[in-house]
Parts: sequence; C-alpha cells; structure tokens
Amino acid sequence: MAITTTVNGTPQSLDVEPEMRLLWALREQLGLTGTKFGCGIAACGACTVHLDGRAVRSCVLPVSAVEGKQVTTIEGLAQGGVLHAVQQAWVAHQVPQCGYCQSGMIMAVAGLLAQSPAPTGDEIDERLTNICRCGTFVRVRAAIHDAVKAGATS
Amino acid sequence: MNKWTRRAFIGAGTIAGGGFLIGVAGFVLAPSRHSLVADDAAAHGQLTTWITIAPDDTVTILVPHCDMGQGTLTALAMMAAEELEADWTRVRVQEAPALDAYANGYIVRAASGDYVPAVLGRGIDYSAFKLAEWFGFQTTGGSTAVRGTGEYGMRVAGAAAKEMLVNAAAAEWGVAASECVAKGSRIIHAASNRSATYGELARAAAAQKVPTTPALKAPDSFTLRRTSPGRLDIPSKVDGTATYAIDVTVPGMLYAAIAMAPVHGGTLVSVDPVPAEVMPGVKKVVQLKEAVAVVADSFWRARKALAALSPEFTDAGHGDVSTASIFAAFDAAIGAAPELPAEATTVVTADYRVPFLAHATMEPMVCTAKFEGGRVDIWTGVQDPLNARSVAAKALEIDVEQVTLTNCLLGGGFGRRLPFTFDYVDLGVRIARAVSPLPVKTIWSRENDIQHDYYRGAALSRHAGALDASGVPQAAHSFYTGGGNAEAVAMPYAIAATSAEEKESKHPIRPGQWRSVLNSQHGFFKESFIDEMAHAAGVDPFGFRLALLTEQPRVKAVLEKAAAVSGWGTPLPPGEGRGIAVCESFGTIVAEVAHVAVSPEGALKVLHVYAAVDCGDVVHLDGATAQVEGSIIFALSAALLSEITIEGGRVVETNFRDYPMIHLKDAPKVTTAFVRSDAPLGGLGEPCVPPLAPAVTNAIHAATGIRVRELPIRKTPLARA
Repeated sequence: MAITTTVNGTPQSLDVEPEMRLLWALREQLGLTGTKFGCGIAACGACTVHLDGRAVRSCVLPVSAVEGKQVTTIEGLAQGGVLHAVQQAWVAHQVPQCGYCQSGMIMAVAGLLAQSPAPTGDEIDERLTNICRCGTFVRVRAAIHDAVKAGATS
Repeated sequence: MNKWTRRAFIGAGTIAGGGFLIGVAGFVLAPSRHSLVADDAAAHGQLTTWITIAPDDTVTILVPHCDMGQGTLTALAMMAAEELEADWTRVRVQEAPALDAYANGYIVRAASGDYVPAVLGRGIDYSAFKLAEWFGFQTTGGSTAVRGTGEYGMRVAGAAAKEMLVNAAAAEWGVAASECVAKGSRIIHAASNRSATYGELARAAAAQKVPTTPALKAPDSFTLRRTSPGRLDIPSKVDGTATYAIDVTVPGMLYAAIAMAPVHGGTLVSVDPVPAEVMPGVKKVVQLKEAVAVVADSFWRARKALAALSPEFTDAGHGDVSTASIFAAFDAAIGAAPELPAEATTVVTADYRVPFLAHATMEPMVCTAKFEGGRVDIWTGVQDPLNARSVAAKALEIDVEQVTLTNCLLGGGFGRRLPFTFDYVDLGVRIARAVSPLPVKTIWSRENDIQHDYYRGAALSRHAGALDASGVPQAAHSFYTGGGNAEAVAMPYAIAATSAEEKESKHPIRPGQWRSVLNSQHGFFKESFIDEMAHAAGVDPFGFRLALLTEQPRVKAVLEKAAAVSGWGTPLPPGEGRGIAVCESFGTIVAEVAHVAVSPEGALKVLHVYAAVDCGDVVHLDGATAQVEGSIIFALSAALLSEITIEGGRVVETNFRDYPMIHLKDAPKVTTAFVRSDAPLGGLGEPCVPPLAPAVTNAIHAATGIRVRELPIRKTPLARA
C-alpha cells in the first residue's frame, strides 16, 4: 500500500515497500538527488533531511516512518527563491569543496538552529556530527556562527 | 556541442605523419597546442582550443581537469581571464570533454616547469599533448593543475586569444594593433575613439592565426589573480543541484549492488542466484570473475537481494596475510639499524610505523553505463576521463572511439579516482554488458569502498642519527619499507651524512596514491626524527632546524613565518605544547605548528594549527586558503584515527563506525600565512598534508614527554602517572 507524505510542501504517494529507506525513495522515486548516500548506517550525515522540522538521517529511516508527516530536503530549504540563512552563510564563507556532504551538513545545521536558535560554540561543536572528508570544518564553524548572528538579528 | 573528431583538428597531423617522436627542430617548429580547433571554429567564436567567446560576450573556458572540490576550475579560468583581459563576470568554465583533443600534457610542465628552455617550450607542450593523447591521459592529480595547465596552458590560451581579438579589431579599423588596448572584454582604440566588445569581435578573431608565443602579463600587473572571486562551483553545492555520478538518471535505468572477493585477487567460486532472483524487482544476478552483482529496479532492492546471497570466493593464496605478518616482514627486511660513525657522541635511534589508509571519499564509487550495439555510454566521476575510457574499452573489447564518457562532479578524489584505479568503471561496464541494452547504475556501498580501495601503503622506517659533543648533528640515516622517492625522503637540513634506503618487502595489499602520496609517510618519519635529534641535543626544535637551514632560504623563511604566527616560544599552561614540522612536496614548502592540549588522563585536543606556505604565488587567494585548511583537517583525521588493518588477507574495517573520521568538535582553528617568493608556482592540493602528523606528535612530546612513533596517534596511550 502506498505511503502518503508531504515532501517540500507537495503531497506525495510513495508506492514502495514500507521498509525501504527514505533516502532511496527520495532519490529514486522522487528524483530529489540533492540528498546523498554516504554510509547507509547513519554515521556520516550526508543523507540528512528534516522530518517535521527536525534533522534526521534518511539512510536508516524507513519510508513507513514518514506517513502523514512533512519531509524537507535540501531542494526545499530555500523559500520563495531566497536561500535559507544557513545556505547564505555557506556561500559567504565559500564552505563547500567537493560539496558532496554539504546538503546534509546544511540540513543538519538548519535543523539544529530551528531547535536551538542561539547555541553556544561548544553546543555547535558537540551537536554537529556530520563527516566532511575535504575538511571544511573551519569554514563550517565560521558559517554557523554567522547564521546564528543573522538569525538573532532577523 | 560541436562534433569533434581527430580529423577535424588542424595541426594535429603535421609533424612526422602525426607521430609523437620528433627531434629538436620539430620541438621548435611544433604547432601551438592552442591551435587545435574544430573546422568550424570561427563560426562559433572558438579562438583557441580552450576559449570560446559568444556574441553576448560570454567567455567559455574549457579546462582539462575535473572538479573534486579543489577549486581548480575557478583558478584556471582566472589565469586565462587575467591574460585575456576579460570581464570576470562574463566568464564561464566547463570541464573539457573526454576526447583525445583535450588530452592534457601540460601537467608534465608542473615538474619540468621553467627549467625548459623557452625555445623548446612549444614543442614540449605539443609533444606532451601527443603523448597524453597517445596514452589517453587527462589527469587531475599530483597537485599539477595550476602550476602545469594553468601556467603553461591557460595563461597562454588567454594571451593568444587577446592578441587575436586585438588583431581582428586593428584589421577592421585599419589601425596598428600596437595602438589597440584590451580591457574589460573590450578592444579600445583611443586615438579614433573606437571600441568593440569581445562578443562583436569573436568571429573575426577566431579566423586569425593563433599566435604561438603571445606576450604574457608581468606578475606585478595582475588585477584578477591573488583576489578571491566567488568560486564558480559553489552555488550548485549549497542548493542540492550539483550533479555527481551518483545523481545521474538515464531513462529505463536499473541499479546494481555488488559483492567482491573479500581478498584482493580472489575469484568467484560459486553462488546460488535463486534466493536473489525470486525477490521483488530483481532483474538479474550477474556473475563476474571476481564479483557477483544483483541488478534490480531500485538500489534498495538490489542491496537487499544481494544480502540474500552467499557467494564463495577464493582467497588467491593470501588467506594468511595480516597486518602483523606484513609488519613482521617489514622488520625482517630492514634488519639492523643503519650504521653510524664510531666517533658519535650521542646516538639517536627510532622506528616509525604508519598504517594502510583508505581514501573514503564521501561519494562512494559509482558507474552508470549503457552498452548497446557494440558501443557504450558511461557516466561516472574520475580524475582521468581518457584513461577511464580506455579501461572501459578494454573491459568490453571495443575501440575507445566506441566509448562516450561523461565525467560528473567528483564527491571527493584524494587519489582514489586516478588512472590505473578504475576498477569501478571496469566492473560497471561489465555489469552493463550483462544486462545490455538496459542502462545500469552500479553503486558501491561504503563497505565495498572501504574494503576494496587502493590503499595508502603501510610502512616501517628505522632511523639512526648521530650528534657530536656540541650537539651538532653529524649523520641521519634510515632504512624503510613501503615505498619512497627522492622528493619524499629528502631532508633540507645541512647534515654531513644522510641517507634513506628502501628495503623491499612485498605484500599483496593493493597500493594506491593517497593525497600527498609517499610524502604522507616520509613527512612523518623525517620530521619526527629531526625533532628527536633536537631533543637529544637539548636544543629547541625550531632553533635546531633553523641552524641547519642556512643554505635553504625558502625553507628557512616558511619555518620562521610559522614560528612567528604561532607565537612559538611563548609560555603555555601545563599539559599543552607546540610542535613544528616542515616539508617540501609538489613544488611547495609548508611549515606547520600544532598547538595541543593533553589531559592527565590522556585525552588529546589539537587546539590550533598554524601553516606557513610558500607556493611561489597564489592564484585564487581564498581557494588556496581553503586547500590549506582542508588538507590540515584531512591529515588530522588520518593522524588521529585512521587505520586499515588486514586479517585473513582481507580488510577488517567496513564503514565510518570502525574507520572513523574526525568531527567538528575535533577540528582545530587553522591560521594560514602565505609566504610569497619568486619560485615557480607550486601545487596546493596536497603539500599541506605531510607536515601535519609530525607537527602534532612533536607537540604531544612537548606537552607530555611522550614520543608517538606510530600512527594513528590513538594507538599510543597519552595518560601520565
């Protein structure tokens, strides 16, 4: 039986086995390839999306878990053609190198700031556990601090 | 895009019947590499092989390199645009297609550089192209893009195109070319108050002869280089639209999951395909010599069905190989430490060990292929599209002309996607042949990736050094296993007797090139050992090195810079320490100072890394800085955590849980200082990796008195009693 959910504001019916992981349904059924496969065991965070506004790792989340819920992917983060504050900070700091992990990194940070708009430096360091092999962490950290400031003044 | 064929290129066959062995006269008279353009070049504004200008002034620069995050495409476009005097806001950059015409020989210039006499340069570039074309190379690696392709390709292409635009304008206006000035994508003739845009002049300019030795700008007149325009690849990497190989969709595409012989070289003995064949969505179980693949209508289903199979593989006779057996063989091959002069007052000896390492690019290996009617279309991500094309042709026993390869953005490279390591292309096209004519995307799991890499080699290095009564080093010798070369083992220090000799000890673990290659092992060995000698002499490690560098002004300058920006010598609290290391590789000299804190319980935190870098000059300042920062984090992950171990001939580690990477909380602050010199441009993708591990272990010693002689650092207990 198809699973009904909302992805980036659009109602979707996913006619797949309920245990299929959300990552693959997003990528292969809906063509939303901005969400990446990195490890398949929720260790790297490249597959991070928002489920009802909270950051989750979609490579281990069964499609059945999103029935009736709101899913947001990197493709749906910008609103009305305006990049999210985290994306803007990412551009300002020229964060990405290869870029492969960055969808997940941005979604994780956007999820973190939605839950905790003014995290301390230590909270940011402790709570962001995404892996980036190019080693962009120096800029990730600087960009998050900018996004927090932008959020505080907006 | 225009159809390119070899016959369509002028100049390509004018020397010795198209052969590539030419004499000195041929070198001098060789056609310009930049004149290789399609027959209808003028009609669409193609001025040189690499530069096309559209009527709306858009300049499109083709670059024979891939994007794996190193920012090269933007930097190379800047080098061309600087000489072209193009309006940067109208410049676009594209990766050159995987066609012979774009074979890249310039990277040989990265090594030979300015040592090539100017009169021979044109011939060198042309013959290197012919060689690259012959062997099929279009490599991005060895930190060569900017110093080779940029310096000898893109700059010349830009300067040549500018001259052609000037000549076209001068001809149209009936004025002397010398009276025309190029600026901001316009040619201006001030005396007659006339000007024309590049778009207006492009067709006429493309009909001009391509100058072979156009005048290049003097470095002090650069206006674009050394600035930091936004990298051209960034926007698509923050909104999810960037397309990597894993994102390619071909109509009717199937998905494949694979299980490979766990011991490299092993072959498939048998597999019962039925448990997979009966599962939903499964199209075929493909049995290959060294692997079994399940092809299904979704990757999820393919993986699930693969897990239902129990394939048996041989161990290729390597079932008793282990990390322990390999290091025991290393130890036996090296034997006694190198001998020292009998009169040595103080003797220092040390063994250093480094492990096998995987690349673990964030994007696992992916190859999509469609094989039909004796030809194949491939979509993948490689550091050498032409070599990958050859691999596919060989696997399918077809001519390279029957292979069309589209290279996508690479989700990390670090050497994993270099020539001769295209097993994922080889496997991908053979799976496609088995399901022909349907297209199939073969995705490696992270477990496939970690367990079937081409590994950075493990190595053991045994050192012996001698100091005289006043603490001056007299000798520093080493025997090592695991590979080395002159650059990697070279020490810049004035020590009377030095040597580094390789002792051969073979093992069946598949070797690869890992970011900074052999420098990644030897940087740790030699900069640890010189630090140990400094401590044996009772001298500050920075001052000890400095005293041995009187003949090495560039090395001395970066070392002094790193010390200065890090506050070397200023007091630190107990449990904290600084370590310093300096290495030269790929034409760039890098000194790094690590500042660490080690708790009494042994918890290590790297607080800050300071890097001083002499790569001659920088092209894209912010992009260059990003490479320094990224290299340091990449190297720190390996130094602290990474080890691939072998048991029963196979790799033990499987995924990021047992082959972990550092996280944001582990990332130090990084301070970067470029030291400008008049040396030829050096590379930047790799040279900041080698000094990091010894800087950190030297800092640990300064903080705790504990000398870490084995990587990863986590294997050495750092708790103090």
